Amino acid sequence: MIKMKPDTPILAKISARNVNVFYGDKQAINDVSIDVWVDQVTALIGPSGCGKSTFLRTLNRMNDTIPIARTDGDIRLDGEDIYAPAMDVVQLRARVGMVFQKPNPFPKSIYENVAYGPRIHGLASSRQQLDTVVEQSLQRAGLWDEVKDRLSESGTALSGGQQQRLCIARAIAVDPEVILMDEPCSALDPIATAKIEELIQALKGRYAIVIVTHNMQQAARVSQRTAFFHLGSLVEYGATSDIFTNPRQERTKDYITGRYG
Amino acid sequence: MVDHTVTAFDDDLSELRGLIAQMGGLAERAIVEAMEALKRHDLEAAEAIIAGDKQIDALEMQVERLAVQLIALRAPLANDLREVVAALKIAGVIERVGDYAKNIARRIAAIEDHGDIEPLSVLPAMAVLASTMVHDVLDAYAARDPEAAIRVVESDRAVDDFYNSLFRVLVTYMMENPASIGQVAHLLFIAKNLERVGDHATNIAEMVYYAATGIHMGERERGASLSA
Repeated sequence: MIKMKPDTPILAKISARNVNVFYGDKQAINDVSIDVWVDQVTALIGPSGCGKSTFLRTLNRMNDTIPIARTDGDIRLDGEDIYAPAMDVVQLRARVGMVFQKPNPFPKSIYENVAYGPRIHGLASSRQQLDTVVEQSLQRAGLWDEVKDRLSESGTALSGGQQQRLCIARAIAVDPEVILMDEPCSALDPIATAKIEELIQALKGRYAIVIVTHNMQQAARVSQRTAFFHLGSLVEYGATSDIFTNPRQERTKDYITGRYG
Repeated sequence: MVDHTVTAFDDDLSELRGLIAQMGGLAERAIVEAMEALKRHDLEAAEAIIAGDKQIDALEMQVERLAVQLIALRAPLANDLREVVAALKIAGVIERVGDYAKNIARRIAAIEDHGDIEPLSVLPAMAVLASTMVHDVLDAYAARDPEAAIRVVESDRAVDDFYNSLFRVLVTYMMENPASIGQVAHLLFIAKNLERVGDHATNIAEMVYYAATGIHMGERERGASLSA
């Protein structure tokens, strides 16, 4: 089992225990237990096919959309079982937002991209309130100054990095507690990547953030805790500074130093 | 150890290790040769040792350049990172060992006739011990062997003991032979230099240990501290 450092906050935002995921007969995740906290960025790293994205997607039940996927184990958000029959999955995904590898803005205006979530979740009762939510979300996503004069333009007309920040603004707009990011910078240039990384730092005090990345340096830069996955299992989970200077497990060491395979 | 997927990374690391080995070999030899030159009062050899120190300095710069380049281009992590940082620090320490050899060589001219200074017979034995520490710690580095590094640290006590007893003997000798004070003071400094060489070998051993294990060896035990 994972040993937590005594200095970590006691109450985990998400607590996953003994999670297994199967795609048909194939087991993709094998008995993974992890806690993630608000005010900490947790990075999931590992080679392609190691299960890190699959695991990320269990945290807001995105795997439910895959018919052959089956998840067991216990995943709690503030102590609440997210796989309980009573759990409203739409509501869950508002609380646990997600940002994907490729920016995927709706083919609508910048304003509508951000306003959509709050509107369907009934988070704004007036146009004025909605305006406030849109502005605040774009501010928090570090995009407001760049788009405030062209909110009616299409979201898809923005640059890749701006689109990704728009998607982050969209996730933020419904006031989530956790933000899951699946390779959010892999399609972006270094400047756009740096802006997203800076944004992650700014957001971490407010949300629990879990990020999947193939970029080891990115994991080192943005996260406080790092989990290394290999062949569907959690090999090592600990403080990022420890994982990258002195990993305990041989497999972790071989992977992060580029000796894998 | 498993090779890197990017083999040029391994090439860079071996080059770095090669430079350290080369530097260490030169410094170790300089200590031994300085002591032999002292025994023979060989001023020509002393000059050669002083000139040869430039080569050690040049190698240190080469290590620094390669280490910086490696960090910039390869972004080493974990044991690789510890090893590159250790190489950078070890090169600095070996350079200092080279300086001590040079310093010993410089004193040879000032010590004209030491045939009858009895304590001098102990000095070569101390030099052998100190240069052996340098040799052994470089072996530990080459083999990434933390156990061997611990043995080097432990052997420093003997060098310290040598120094402590030499210090007392030389001070006594100076009191009894005031005319020799000028020369014997040089011998005392040489003894101190050798003691420092042992300390530096110990420092390198601690770096080797950390690079290999990721754990600091901790404060090493020192021989009883003394008045100098």
